Amino acid sequence: MLSIKDLHAEVEAKNILKGLNLEIREGEVHAIMGPNGSGKSTLGHVLSGRPGYEITQGNVEFLGKDLLDLDTEERAHLGLFLAFQYPVEIPGVSNMEFLKASVDAVRESQGASAYDTVSFTRRAREACAAVDLDQGFLKRGVNEGFSGGEKKRNELMQMMLLEPRLCILDETDSGLDIDALQVVANGVNAMRSESRSFLLVTHYQRLLDYIEPDFVHVLAGGRIIKSGEKSLALELEAKGYSWLDEGKVA
Amino acid sequence: MSQEQINRAIAKDYKAGFTTDIESDTLPPGLTEDTIRFISEKKNEPEWLLEWRLRAFQVWRDMAGPDWAHVNYPEVDFQRISYYSQPKSMEDRPKSLDEVDPELLATYEKLGIPLHERESLAGVAVDVVFDSVSVATTFREKLAEAGVLFCSISEAVQQYPDLVRKHLGSVVPRKDNFYAALNSAVFSDGSFVYIPKGVRCPMELSTYFRINEANTGQFERTLIIADEGSHVSYLEGCTAPMRDENQLHAAVVELVALNDAEIKYSTVQNWYPGDAEGKGGIYNFVTKRGLAHTNAKISWTQVETGSAVTWKYPSCILRGDNSVGEFYSVALTNNLQQADTGTKMIHLGKNTRSTIVSKGISAGHSSNAYRGLVRVGPTAKGARNYTQCDSLLIGDQCAAHTFPYIESKNPTGIIEHEATTSKVSDDQLYLCQQRGLDPEKAVSMIVNGFCKEVFKELPMEFAVEAGKLLEVSLEGSVG
Ligand SMILES: Nc1ncnc2c1ncn2[C@@H]1O[C@H](COP(=O)(O)OP(=O)(O)O)[C@@H](O)[C@H]1O
Ligand SMILES: [Mg+2]
Repeated sequence: MLSIKDLHAEVEAKNILKGLNLEIREGEVHAIMGPNGSGKSTLGHVLSGRPGYEITQGNVEFLGKDLLDLDTEERAHLGLFLAFQYPVEIPGVSNMEFLKASVDAVRESQGASAYDTVSFTRRAREACAAVDLDQGFLKRGVNEGFSGGEKKRNELMQMMLLEPRLCILDETDSGLDIDALQVVANGVNAMRSESRSFLLVTHYQRLLDYIEPDFVHVLAGGRIIKSGEKSLALELEAKGYSWLDEGKVA
Repeated sequence: MSQEQINRAIAKDYKAGFTTDIESDTLPPGLTEDTIRFISEKKNEPEWLLEWRLRAFQVWRDMAGPDWAHVNYPEVDFQRISYYSQPKSMEDRPKSLDEVDPELLATYEKLGIPLHERESLAGVAVDVVFDSVSVATTFREKLAEAGVLFCSISEAVQQYPDLVRKHLGSVVPRKDNFYAALNSAVFSDGSFVYIPKGVRCPMELSTYFRINEANTGQFERTLIIADEGSHVSYLEGCTAPMRDENQLHAAVVELVALNDAEIKYSTVQNWYPGDAEGKGGIYNFVTKRGLAHTNAKISWTQVETGSAVTWKYPSCILRGDNSVGEFYSVALTNNLQQADTGTKMIHLGKNTRSTIVSKGISAGHSSNAYRGLVRVGPTAKGARNYTQCDSLLIGDQCAAHTFPYIESKNPTGIIEHEATTSKVSDDQLYLCQQRGLDPEKAVSMIVNGFCKEVFKELPMEFAVEAGKLLEVSLEGSVG
């Protein structure tokens, strides 16, 4: 589904990704861990097409398309979703309005008909309940005055309604208490399917107690320096990242 | 009212212009007492009105144009304007749409204006016939039943001279300001409305349905009188950008709300702003003011997107006790447009209340200024004002300015002022795009969200059109 080959990318003339390779097949869940500043968020933004990121080398194929050739919104239309580490506020634009516009845009691009208001409202309410947010949040401005945890749950709600093919979650678990973490995990688990894949960026192995990953990767210095199974996460938790330094140099 | 009805009605205005029999009477440029006598005579006006115009002219001659507004434009040579001009003759107009600014045509397309109506809006020399007569007739009958008077001000001068004489200039005196004085001297035409005591006007009044609409020209004059306990909602303007051969527009609007009356005046103004370099745009210098008597309420709502230069401060004089004034404004500037707009709330009566919500949006290289005065007079015990003034910037080449003036002469008055400036940030756009929205849709959604408090004050259909208008006006401001 997603095939990243020798990806190099820079921001503000600074090399961040330095030859990253990653292969994600349909239905798989991949977790990416790594020290702060190693380029995890950058990877998410490069994949989703944030302006300002320059690809200097390599290529990325997503669902048979050259991903790097597409506009940001076209990638979303294809089914790529990024849950932001730091979601921004859009004052005055209600969550409901925003969700409807997004879902309409994605469905239109895929040739599907738009949901009528009644059935969309029902779906939105269900999603809202699923992430354990009060229905009042649908009327509030997008992320406007939301707490950190509420923003994260709001990201998840958007993900549920957009029904993407590839979900990238950038530290969606950070700053969540254990109940909220459970909500996020349940949401992701409920969405897991044979045709949908996940890329979970996380600092904490505890998320992986709830969401069973197929693979765990360590991103450091702009490259994936180690890949393994779930047990790797436990090892990282116990030993940190420093023991891998050798491997990084090699 | 649908977009189509509006368009049809506008088209009719142009048609009306073509069929007047005084076309040959266009005055050569220049402004003297004789010009004014000529205008007054053409309109068959009574002596008192001629005297009134002449006095205004004397006042105007001794005045200088305002220089305090945050706008720049070449000095206007008032001797080069024709003060009694019929619409341009066929020969002077563009022969076909091929001669019209392609940007303007693209805008018509975006707003979904039917092909055959675009020509008349763009001022192309075609005589378009539209069937708006039946709409207008039903309209007039309904109003007559309620006793509402709604006609052109020229007609009112003939038919209801006492009402006109009593109220004309009572809210905006001739010497009020340079442009008001000029307008008083040479006003061409405009609307007149009278709502009798206790009557709730059965429909929204809109300029487009005024019967026998004459070419109102560049010096429009409007007078609305709501008698005691009456209620009226008046709509001015239209979302379709209109071209006009007259570059300078200096209108005066006077509202009189007698005891317990309510006037709601909504404007969607979209005069041609000029091309991307600002060439050919309209200069719009407007004086709008309402006088509220005891328990009366005057509410201005405006959506301003057009004109090259806008200078406009719809105001309320809250003379009566417990009277209420409101001002809700969205002013959007793009490309090289300049707007200096705002309001004045003059509190004179006891327990008078006013609310100001101003939303300024600047894009491109434009400049957008809010200028507002809240004055609480010594007699205005318990007066209250709340002002909220928000600016939204799109891109980094534009500017927003806020000039709030507060004068309080009564210690019991409470004046609150809040101001914010924000930007449509790259991060917001990125979030929207990541969720599948194209950048233009994203900007228009963000801007509409920003304007929500004002749009909800507009009549429903107008609000929808206004949202669409912002979207179109902002095109090209991102990317
Ligand atoms: N817009 C930017 N301008 C300059 N440097 C940036 C920018 N964004 C990220 N970086 C730098 O890139 C590196 C990787 O950042 P990031 O991908 O956010 O790391 P992580 O998510 O793994 O903590 C860091 O050194 C960070 O400072
Ligand atoms: Mg990060």
